[in-house]
Amino acid sequence: MAYILIFITAIFVNNVVLSQFLGICPFLGVSKKVETATGMGAAVAFVLTIATIVTYLIQTLILVPNDLVYLQTIAFILVIAALVQMVEIILKKVSPSLYQALGVFLPLITTNCCILGVAILVAQGTYAHTGIEEAGLLTGVVYALSTALGFALAMVVFAGIREQLGRVAIPKALQGMSIALVTAGLLALAFMGFSGVDKGLATLFGLN
Amino acid sequence: MNYMKVLLNGIIKENPTFVLLLGMCPTLGTTSSALNGMSMGLATMAVLICSNFVISLIKNLIPDMVRIPSFIVVIASLVTILQMCLQAYVPDVYASLGLFIPLIVVNCIILGRAEAFAAKNNPVASIFDGIGMGLGFTIALTLLGGVRELLGTGKVFGFELFPDSYGALVFVLAPGAFIALGYLIAIVNKIKKA
Repeated sequence: MAYILIFITAIFVNNVVLSQFLGICPFLGVSKKVETATGMGAAVAFVLTIATIVTYLIQTLILVPNDLVYLQTIAFILVIAALVQMVEIILKKVSPSLYQALGVFLPLITTNCCILGVAILVAQGTYAHTGIEEAGLLTGVVYALSTALGFALAMVVFAGIREQLGRVAIPKALQGMSIALVTAGLLALAFMGFSGVDKGLATLFGLN
Repeated sequence: MNYMKVLLNGIIKENPTFVLLLGMCPTLGTTSSALNGMSMGLATMAVLICSNFVISLIKNLIPDMVRIPSFIVVIASLVTILQMCLQAYVPDVYASLGLFIPLIVVNCIILGRAEAFAAKNNPVASIFDGIGMGLGFTIALTLLGGVRELLGTGKVFGFELFPDSYGALVFVLAPGAFIALGYLIAIVNKIKKA
């Protein structure tokens, strides 16, 4: 039940883009078409889950036992950069069709701050919501995957709205990124409607 | 190379937030008040100046193939140092900026300037570029933080301008960040055209 709570909280209540402001660059940059938004969402889901597992293992097996936690930022960003490269090479070999679909987005992911952000949150265990005491690997993976799904959902919905924006007359000064930001704000406002759902669910599941 | 021109370039002509639209995550995530915005801007500026300086010093030693990874290592080391300094000397700021301090590493402004300016210019010009871009970023974040704080709570830097109860709390929360920045960019566009 705790995992369902994490799942719903990460997607709707604490949406990574719309309420935590992580991964804004790709959210604004590659959301002009629903197709590219879906591709980016899938690529992020893929890399984020793998990166979380690897960085969690590095944190608990290497950094903490050797008292090197202060190297966390450096270690994580290098691991993520290397991982993205590796995923790209493996994908090219193993599944050319998937590579074709995700390929263009993979290099962009290294600078996507939601990957590093989520990796740090999971390693620190500070994302734990009410009712989940232990912040283990499985909890982290569920959290990472749900966060990525939340990212994909926000991307696709936002891209859908932006496609419609092409059909209306927008004041000159507001054209481009300006109207996109206001739209994102309204979307964030809509997602705010979910706030409190996590507490209700926690009570429903008897977790607090 | 005219240093004054390099400095002003970052503040006005190529303002990282309002014109180049770089580094959006900290821009939106840390500007719930003018003070938070300014702290984030100054922290980023410190890293930017140091990274520009270091990278322009070592630019001839790095092979072209491993340029980007090397830049990232330099930036990540500087961010780690900054993180420790903030934690030691201003724990309040460290606590309120939280996750966004380590995330300075992936701020596109820093890697972008390393690649676009520091890797091509001498150390002194790179420092000026770092100061200019950093100031441009700091001004933008302070402005956005100020607008959000004013509309949300009626205060600017903690000074009360109108009572709390007239404020629209939504501007302090997530949606207000997007909307306020959207309209600020629209105003900048309008001024630029006029």
